[in-house]
This record gives sequence, C-alpha cells and structure tokens, in this order.
Amino acid sequence: MTSRSEPVVGVVRLARRAVSISGWLDRESVFSWLMMAPPLLFLAALVGYPFLYGILLSLQNRPVAHAGTFVGLKNFANDINDPIFWKVTFNTFLYTAAATLLKMVGGLALALAMNQQFPLKNLVRALLLLPFIVPTVLSTVAWMWILDPAFSVLNWFLIALGVPKPGPSWLGNPILAMASIIVINTWRGLPFYGITLLAGLQTVPPELYEAATIDGAGGWQRFRYVTLPLLQPIILIVTLFSVIFTFADFQLVYVLTHGGPQNATQLFATYAFDIAMASGQLGLGASVALAMFPALALLILALTIYLRRG
Amino acid sequence: MVTGYSPVERAVRLWLPVGFFLLVALFPFYWMAVTSLKPNAELYNRHLMPLLVLHPTLKHYVDLLTQTSFLLWTWNTMIVAVLSTAISLVLGVMLAYPLARMRFAGAGLIAMTVAAIYLVPQPLLFIPLADLINRLDLGNTLSAVILTYPTMLVPFCAWLLLGYFKTVPKELEEAARIDGASRLQTMRRIFLPLCTPGFISAGIFAFTLSQNEFLYALIFLTKSSVRTVPVGVIAELIRGDVFYWGQLMAGALLGSIPVAIIYSFFVEHYVAGLTSGSVKG
Repeated sequence: MTSRSEPVVGVVRLARRAVSISGWLDRESVFSWLMMAPPLLFLAALVGYPFLYGILLSLQNRPVAHAGTFVGLKNFANDINDPIFWKVTFNTFLYTAAATLLKMVGGLALALAMNQQFPLKNLVRALLLLPFIVPTVLSTVAWMWILDPAFSVLNWFLIALGVPKPGPSWLGNPILAMASIIVINTWRGLPFYGITLLAGLQTVPPELYEAATIDGAGGWQRFRYVTLPLLQPIILIVTLFSVIFTFADFQLVYVLTHGGPQNATQLFATYAFDIAMASGQLGLGASVALAMFPALALLILALTIYLRRG
Repeated sequence: MVTGYSPVERAVRLWLPVGFFLLVALFPFYWMAVTSLKPNAELYNRHLMPLLVLHPTLKHYVDLLTQTSFLLWTWNTMIVAVLSTAISLVLGVMLAYPLARMRFAGAGLIAMTVAAIYLVPQPLLFIPLADLINRLDLGNTLSAVILTYPTMLVPFCAWLLLGYFKTVPKELEEAARIDGASRLQTMRRIFLPLCTPGFISAGIFAFTLSQNEFLYALIFLTKSSVRTVPVGVIAELIRGDVFYWGQLMAGALLGSIPVAIIYSFFVEHYVAGLTSGSVKG
C-alpha cells in the first residue's frame, strides 16, 4: 500500500508546485518584471552601456583601431582651447534658437489657417505633412539643387527680377549658408508643429469663443486670451521636442554643407563626426559629442517630468 | 466654424495662407520630379525657363536603375525597416503592457526612463556604438543597423503604445481573469487583439523613422552592397565634386515613394500617433 501511494503523493505535490509556480508567475510584480526584462536588457546593452563607454572614451586618447590610453580631462581641455569648438557652440545655439522660433510662429500660423472648414481639408493636411515624412537626406538633396551655385532655380528668378548675375552664393557665403540650413530645418519641422497645434486647437470648446465674443473680445483678443493660454501646454511640449532634435541635428548639415564654408555651419554633431570618423580620433570626438550632454540632459529631464505630470 | 465671410475675406483668411504653405511644402518635390525628367541639355542650360520640361525623358531613371545599385539599396532599406519595426513593436509591447496595466514598485521610474531614452538623440551615442559594432564584428552587415535602430524605436513604440493601452477599457481583461485565464493568456488572447490601431500607428512611425535614419547607416555601412537608400544616394551619386543631378533627383524621388505610399494609406493613424505621442504623452 505505502509503496503504491508514493507516486500519487508525488503527483499531487508536483501539481501543487505547478499551481504555485503559475500563481507566482501571475503575481503582478513577477509578471511585469519578467515581461519587461528582455526590452530593458536590450536598452541597457545598446543605450546604457554605449553611453557609459562614451564617457570612458572621452577620457582617453583613442585613435581608431588602436588601444586607448587614459588622459583624464585632456580632451575637454583641448576643446576649451579650440576656437572652432566655441564657434560650433555658438552655431548650434543660434541654429536651434532661430529654427525653433520660426517653426513655432510658422506652425501656429499654419494651425490657425487650417482650423477652418474647407473642401479637401484632409488631403491638404496630408500634403502639408510630406516634408516631415520624406527621408530628410533625400529632401535635402533637392534643396542642394535648389541652392546650387551655378544652376539655382532661386537665383534664376532673382536674376529675372533684376538681381545682378550670378546671384547670391547660398551655400558659399557663411551667413547665407547658416540662413539656408535654418530655413530648410524649418521647412522640414514646421508641419509637425502645425499639425500638432491644429489637433490642440480642435480641442478648444467653441463655447469659450462665443462667451468671449459676447463679452466684447475682438479677433486678436480671442486669440490672445482664449487660444494661446489653452494651447500653451502643447506649445511647450512640441517646442521641447523640437529643441532637443534641432540641437543634435546631423543629417541636414552633413549633406548640405558638411559644416562649411570655414565651419560656418558646423554643429556639435557634425564636428564630433568629423573628428571621430574623418580624423579617427574617437576620444576627442566623444568629448565633443558629450559637450551636448548638459544642455540635452536638462531639456530631456524637463520634458520627461512635464510629460509625466501631463 | 464661422462661414459668414465674403468670398474676398475667405480668400485672404483661408486660401492665401493655406496656398502659401502648400506651395512652400511641395515645391522641392515638384522640383525633384521636373529635374529628374529633363535631358542633360536642358538641365544645364541657364537660358531656359527652369520650371518646365521641354523634352521629358526617363533616361536618368534608366541610368539610376541600371548603372547604380539603387534597387539593391531599396531592398536593403525595406528589410532593415521591416525587421527593426517588428522587433521594436514586440519589445515595445513587452514594456508598455506592464506599465499600462500592472501595479508594481518602480513602475513610475521605468516609465520615466523609457521616455528619457526616447529623447536621447543618436549623435550622443554614435561614437561608442561605432566602436561596439566594430568589436562585435558587425561592420558592413545589415544586422548592425537592424540591431541599433530599435534603440531609438523601442522606447518610441513603448511610449506611444503606453498612451494607447491606457485608453482601452479593462472590463474584458477582468472577465478573462475571473474565468481563470493567466496574465499572459489575458494579454495575448484578449488584450492585444483590441489594440490593432495602436500597433498600426506605432508601426508606421517606426517604419518611417527607420527609412529616414542616416547617421548609423552612414557609419556602419560602407560597402555598396549593404547600403540603404539615403546613404547610397549621398555616397555614390555624388562622386567627388561631380554631381549627377538628374540621377540624384530620380533617386530622391524614388526613395521617397515607398514612405509616401504607406503614409498615404494610413495618414489618419499617422496623425493620431503624431498628436497623441506628443500631446497626450
């Protein structure tokens, strides 16, 4: 008897254990952490580790394909004494501020213009978003041709209007080159602003406008005291987004000007690329890339906290 | 909306600004198309009116498809975009579901970390990543970009899906739990099938982002046979100081078409994702 009851007890025990394992797996915290483990490990390996490794690289003299030697803060001291580094810093802040301001004002204008009823509205909205959808590199190539020194279509019109030949050298003149990258960044990013703000405008209850009109508010006052305050949180979020990605922009400048002429359009990202990839000094390049970090960290922290509250 | 305006007023308030924005947004695409159809004799003649084509030709397209590896680059771009989007959706769901539905210590911290990683731009990481890819011996393989694109797409998908998941009512899942389904079964059989619109939004976004990616592809893919369209066009149609403008424009236009087609099918989802991703958070 005893010898025959043994396996039965074993099965029951196994079954109980199975129940308790599945019960354990069904606990909220256990299920959650098991589920999140693969993506979290992935991000730790390919974002967390490279970030820390980047800090280590910035403290090394590390030519490409050679072992690095620890040099402390020498790379950062190098940056501080490098006049191009300061030019790059100035360029990046100017580019970010000017492009963001243009996108904000233009995006608001676009949203207000689109916030009316008219035929084919959805088609127009879809077409307006195209600059934001199409791969940046490919549309930048079109802009390169629009601004070409010899065959610029823009200059063809300017010359037809009486501007002396050969017309402005858009990418050869330092000031015009900076203006060009600002305008093209605006061209690409403005639809994102406009369509997001449009979505915000559509959530404003019409009663508020009616009430304001009854109280005697004109068009500008309705905009200033009803629309703007209600849009303010969305404007803030979109602006932070835009500032982060404009500040770290690479593609547009790399394709259009390579940072030239004479570093007039060099940004942090393109300068870090030149040093690390073209000259092969990984350590020094990493230090230039990390120079973006303090400003980026503040922006990212601000936006993360804001998004969580919102 | 108020429609009691006179036609003149309506033209000034509506058609003038909308027309201006449309013209500016679309001109570069028109210019791509016109240029790609011009024979070289017209392309490089400064006396002709540039906006029109007198003798349209498909020569630049034929040259692009026969003399360069453009078709191969297109194929590479598609494989990379599809695989990295698929990986990112799966990993994104695995992050977003617990964050949207479960209560556990540390959930808030994880959600913030995911949002913060989503906002980290690639130029901050590309130098150490380049070294890492070299050490893993993945240089000049599509795996290099299929593996690295999800670093920006996973947090993005997770963030977008998290917002979407919170809008799905919980009742069905609760009923399934009462009927004895495990959490995993509830998630897979009951919850996920309800979320198709969210997956489409996140998927289109991830797909366009990976078609658009340039920096990692530029660094990791230096052989023509593994290049994606943006890198191939920049690296091989601009040879030294010689620009093949006709082919460049044909390549830019053809390279934009896949994204534009997918986008036009799902434009409502795209706009919904765009606005929920940033507006609602």
